[in-house]
Amino acid sequence: MSGHPSYQPQSAFMRWMERRLPLGGLIYSSFVAYPTPRNLNYWWTFGGILAFMLGVQIVTGVVLAMHYTPHVDYAFDSVEQIMRDVNYGWLLRYLHANGASMFFLAAYIHLFRGMYYGSYKEPREVLWILGVILLLLMIMTGFMGYVLPWGQMSFWAATVITNLFSAIPLVGESIVTWLWGGFAVGNPTLNRFYSLHYLLPFVIAGVVGLHIWALHMVGQNNPAGVEPKTEQDTVAFTPYATIKDSFLLAVFCIMFAWFVFYIPNFLGHPDNYIPANPAVTPMHIVPEWYYLPFYAILRAIPNKLLGVMALGASILILAFLPWLDTSRVRSARYRPAYRQFFWAFVIVCIGLGWLGSKPPEGNYVLFARIFTAYYFAFFLVILPVLGKIERTKALPNSISESVLREGKPIGAPAPPPASAKV
Amino acid sequence: MSVLGGDGPHAEQLTQPARAGCGWTDGQKGTMHVTTMSSAEPTRRDFLYIATASVAGIGAAATLVPLITQMNPDASTIAAGAPIEVDLSPIADGQVIKVFWRGKPIYVNHRTKKQIEEAQNVDVAKLPDPQPDSARVKPGHDQWQVLIGICTHLGCIPIAHQGPYDGYFCPCHGSVYDTSGRIRQGPAPLNLALPPYAFLSDTKIRIG
Repeated sequence: MSGHPSYQPQSAFMRWMERRLPLGGLIYSSFVAYPTPRNLNYWWTFGGILAFMLGVQIVTGVVLAMHYTPHVDYAFDSVEQIMRDVNYGWLLRYLHANGASMFFLAAYIHLFRGMYYGSYKEPREVLWILGVILLLLMIMTGFMGYVLPWGQMSFWAATVITNLFSAIPLVGESIVTWLWGGFAVGNPTLNRFYSLHYLLPFVIAGVVGLHIWALHMVGQNNPAGVEPKTEQDTVAFTPYATIKDSFLLAVFCIMFAWFVFYIPNFLGHPDNYIPANPAVTPMHIVPEWYYLPFYAILRAIPNKLLGVMALGASILILAFLPWLDTSRVRSARYRPAYRQFFWAFVIVCIGLGWLGSKPPEGNYVLFARIFTAYYFAFFLVILPVLGKIERTKALPNSISESVLREGKPIGAPAPPPASAKV
Repeated sequence: MSVLGGDGPHAEQLTQPARAGCGWTDGQKGTMHVTTMSSAEPTRRDFLYIATASVAGIGAAATLVPLITQMNPDASTIAAGAPIEVDLSPIADGQVIKVFWRGKPIYVNHRTKKQIEEAQNVDVAKLPDPQPDSARVKPGHDQWQVLIGICTHLGCIPIAHQGPYDGYFCPCHGSVYDTSGRIRQGPAPLNLALPPYAFLSDTKIRIG
């Protein structure tokens, strides 16, 4: 978008540099002059929070790797040594462990925001798919990181999750042996998980680069779901988006710090402070909270292969969302029926998470099945059909109109004593 | 190409790809119409592109073999999976012991008469994974049930003497097995697997 000033290097050095490596210009055009829709609300600040959390995880993770030993005989003790002996080791480990939860929390809010405002729709399909790939990478990285402390939950999480592949007909058992590097989860498994857990965050960082590149190609969506048309519709990234992102990041960090300093083990499981024992499975094994909805879907289906397929499909189906949703209206603000189904979907996801933490018996299984049915029906039935039959509300002509006149056309008589709400 | 020297050979060389591809002679020997149309016929250059890409592709695929195979069990892991011998004489009537072979827990169950009868008097056709008890023990050793104590659902360790059939119960996802190790309830698809084993004498078995 023109009208925003282009980069003018101030110092002689930066002018010299700009002719050789235009990094200043790239940063300026991406994070200073970059035009953002003027109506972005706080739900749009979670991309920045996610970038911050990735940084936190990489920095604390690299430091923890300096003290951790990836061997079945030493891993558990080395984690305890980090907690007791290493200077600030407790802080770094609690930041890393709770940071994973905060990372997933921000990712899920970011994802639901995209779904509510139709951010996956044309022309943002590739941007959305890159986001689904990021979620998959996060799930893999988080799982392998959880195995490293080599407690009871670590060991049995590794066993259960790798055994998901045994559901594959014919080659399943060979694949599981290959993943383990042995006849059971053991030292080779721990070693390779450590290697991959160190690698994947940098893969994530690379895909984040693509995600931001794709975002800057197509521009941000916004709560109105109509594209910016004039300069009136956008404001410069700095200071407007920067200050908004910074404010919510600070609020988010208060919550993060509260977990780290006051309830650092609230989101963990006591069983993981028992060293791994291949002879005894804990009575009640559950994954970390951020995997619970998928775990509930797995357990809801009384057939091993179909359960594993449903688990995989529940994540992969997100990648097809741009084509499953047939409505041409992006924002749920103007889709009254979709809004109801969307909030039902959110409740179902949270409900599945709660059911995933419960033992697989009685009514828990019944409700898990009902919720699983809704989860898939939302994507495969409701979205394709609703787009064809829903009566949507009139879209505003522009972003400015939706902000300044609360959606009423500019030029129409102003309502008496305007209840200003921005 | 300057070693070729002179205009003549150079000019002729330029026409080479055309002759091989879409060039055509119009009767006069050596006269060429060089066109810029893309050819329908593959040229020598196309062949070289495909051949080069194929060699590189096969080379890259061959490189994957060691990179993938290194993740399979190594020689020491396989060597540590050698057969083990288990002395049965100290196992009391009704007792279940657990031994490890290849990192897997092996349950050796000294079944009581009641348990054997219960396992044998089951309508096999109604089982999710139909198998008579006789197919799960060695002939003449009905009292010894030897099986791999790994749930066939997702690999947890079932607990012995638990569940409605007094067999095995998996705490992870609620699969229930009878005293023959056959799946009776829950999400597991198959009966508990049997390890390869043989009786060396009435009181000694070799697993593996």
